Amino acid sequence: MSIWSEARLVAGKDLRIEARSKVALTQVLPFGAIVLLLFAFALDPDRGILTKAAPGLFWVAVLLATLLAVARAFSIEEQHGARDALRMSGLDGGAVFLGKMAAIAVELLALELVLGLGVVVFYDIRIERVGVLLLAALAATLGLAATGTLYGVLAAGLRVRETLVPLLLLPVLAPVMLGATRSFEAALGGTTSDAWPWIELLGLFAVIYVTMGVLAFGPLLEEA
Amino acid sequence: MSVVCLRSVVCLLGRFPALTGIDLTVDEGEIVLLSGPNGAGKTTLLRVLAGLLPIHSGEAEVLGHDLALDRRSARRSLALVGHETGCYDDLTVAENLRFAARASGRGTDAVAPVLGRLGLERLAGVTHARLSAGQRRRLSLAAALVRDPELLLLDEPHAGLDADGRETLDAVLAAAPGEGRTVVLVSHELERARALADREVVISGGRVQPETPVRPETEVDPPAPVAAASPAEQPAVPDVSVAT
Amino acid sequence: MTTSTTRTAPPAPAGLFPRAVSRPLGWVTLVALAVLVLFGLGATPADAIQGDAVRLLYLHVPTAWLAYLAFGVTSLASALYLWPRTRRQAYDRIAGASAELGVVFTGLTLVMGSLWGRPIWGVWWAWDARLVTTAVLFFLYLGYLALRRVPGSADGNAKRNSIAALIAFLDVPIVHFSVTWWRTLHQQGTVFNSDLNAKIHGSMAFTLWWGVLAFTLLFVWLLDLRYRLAVLEDGLADAELDLAIAERVSADDATREPVADGSAR
Repeated sequence: MSIWSEARLVAGKDLRIEARSKVALTQVLPFGAIVLLLFAFALDPDRGILTKAAPGLFWVAVLLATLLAVARAFSIEEQHGARDALRMSGLDGGAVFLGKMAAIAVELLALELVLGLGVVVFYDIRIERVGVLLLAALAATLGLAATGTLYGVLAAGLRVRETLVPLLLLPVLAPVMLGATRSFEAALGGTTSDAWPWIELLGLFAVIYVTMGVLAFGPLLEEA
Repeated sequence: MSVVCLRSVVCLLGRFPALTGIDLTVDEGEIVLLSGPNGAGKTTLLRVLAGLLPIHSGEAEVLGHDLALDRRSARRSLALVGHETGCYDDLTVAENLRFAARASGRGTDAVAPVLGRLGLERLAGVTHARLSAGQRRRLSLAAALVRDPELLLLDEPHAGLDADGRETLDAVLAAAPGEGRTVVLVSHELERARALADREVVISGGRVQPETPVRPETEVDPPAPVAAASPAEQPAVPDVSVAT
Repeated sequence: MTTSTTRTAPPAPAGLFPRAVSRPLGWVTLVALAVLVLFGLGATPADAIQGDAVRLLYLHVPTAWLAYLAFGVTSLASALYLWPRTRRQAYDRIAGASAELGVVFTGLTLVMGSLWGRPIWGVWWAWDARLVTTAVLFFLYLGYLALRRVPGSADGNAKRNSIAALIAFLDVPIVHFSVTWWRTLHQQGTVFNSDLNAKIHGSMAFTLWWGVLAFTLLFVWLLDLRYRLAVLEDGLADAELDLAIAERVSADDATREPVADGSAR
């Protein structure tokens, strides 16, 4: 089997499990939504702060939801010795990485769509450039999913993984947070020109970490 | 040709030396029973053979691959039936087996015959979460068989199976040499397992017990095959056991 | 010779350098630091604008340099560990020792930057590019150190640690560029500027460079000490393991006789 069909097999497996268990739908998504609601409590909605800060708040909510999505993606491998079965399977490490990453990315994109609609409605947002918005979201999501999958397997099997993964992941994602927020700000009001460097940065980040993940996932799964 | 060849293998679980120097040789087509007290290192030994645990020192070769250098290649052609199924709760029996078959590079054609062989046809559409303990044992064995392994490692396969399930399991084991499979199993159902096994290796304290008897009823019998597997260590101990 | 054999203590662990080098290195480092104190507090004048606060820079700049040096060493050692031909446990130890120093000196850099910023900028913290980058760096490697503390098999851990160090290292330039785009108001790098002499007093420039030298010596000396400690830790773990194997075998031997007895009857 080629690496792509192996990756499809793994992604299909993870998405089928999500379709049955609906953990992302019934837990991760409401979690992201309640975070957006809490921002309204923290920042007075009457003074327009919410509208101004919307891109950043949106991405903070997505970032926190990513932590849950990553935890879930690796907790399904912890049950009933599935991780050992995965190691025994003979699947290529890079393929497993791409598969799991793709599944997380699909879940995150769906989540961003719903949360994005929520932000538009409740934070009173008008989108000027949809293309920039979609491109930035796609690049940022790939970066989030790639680093999440990489750190997920790095900490897989460790007793402290629930606390360790956020500590490892959040500093690494600082550039994604910056790039995604700035390009969303541009998409909401500014000009297209100042969004491009940020989108390029997001793309570069995604390329670097996808490459790193394909290379490192196998050895890391081996040591997990 | 030997399928398994271990020389003074030490394996650590954290800082605990679970295996303290194992010597073991298993030839192609053999069915070998590992017995010994709880905590002797039997499960660890199976996991080392399966390429899941790294060895700390010693030499280990499984299916012609040096485990110190390349555990992945050995794993492709073997299967481990452990205490857990290695399956996903939210997938059905058939889906889990199809995933296992495709992941090991084999087609899904093998799934239907294996389902039939283990009496799982009626459960094909049931999710793993809803299976009983006995049904999960059958699924574990099925997930191993769809990989068509050359080396089959079984950890307490009889546990949790009903009489019918045990018959099925024994039939699978008995057929293994004919299908080109070598079997290493750990079982506390000693009578059943001994009836199937070509020989028995007793493990205790993370080592192969030097004076392992071949059959419990033939106590005077010299333990020839096992003695070959564990070269003259501690000459004093066998002397004592013979004297008593 | 004779003095070392009369001692009952176990032999000193192998360090990065022989004792004959590391001992004098320690003394040279201490002297260099003392000279730095003399120059930093005495021989240099107060700055025309910054006043005495400028003296903090004689520590701030060297610690910042050292933090980057330490993380560089960690990354290099991790890469050397991952490369199969150069895989030595020593590189994993160096990576860990260097990262610990790096985190400590990054923390010091942040604290001193903050102390310096209060009188100069009027605030404890400014969202300036270099400060933010350094803060992110601090947390990146704090996570790495947390990962290193997780127990497991020696080889498995070393591989995981090395990969984690490289993943973190890859992030450093991205963080740097993104934060710089985001914020650019820090005063330009003073020492590495071409018109250095025009800007700062001769003795001040000397003191800055001397500080960098003294702290580099300090880094090398501490790295060697921490490495020796890591060797001792590993030696202890090995000794404990040998003991555990011996205990297990002898416990098994003790139970073996009656067991053999029973089976023979």
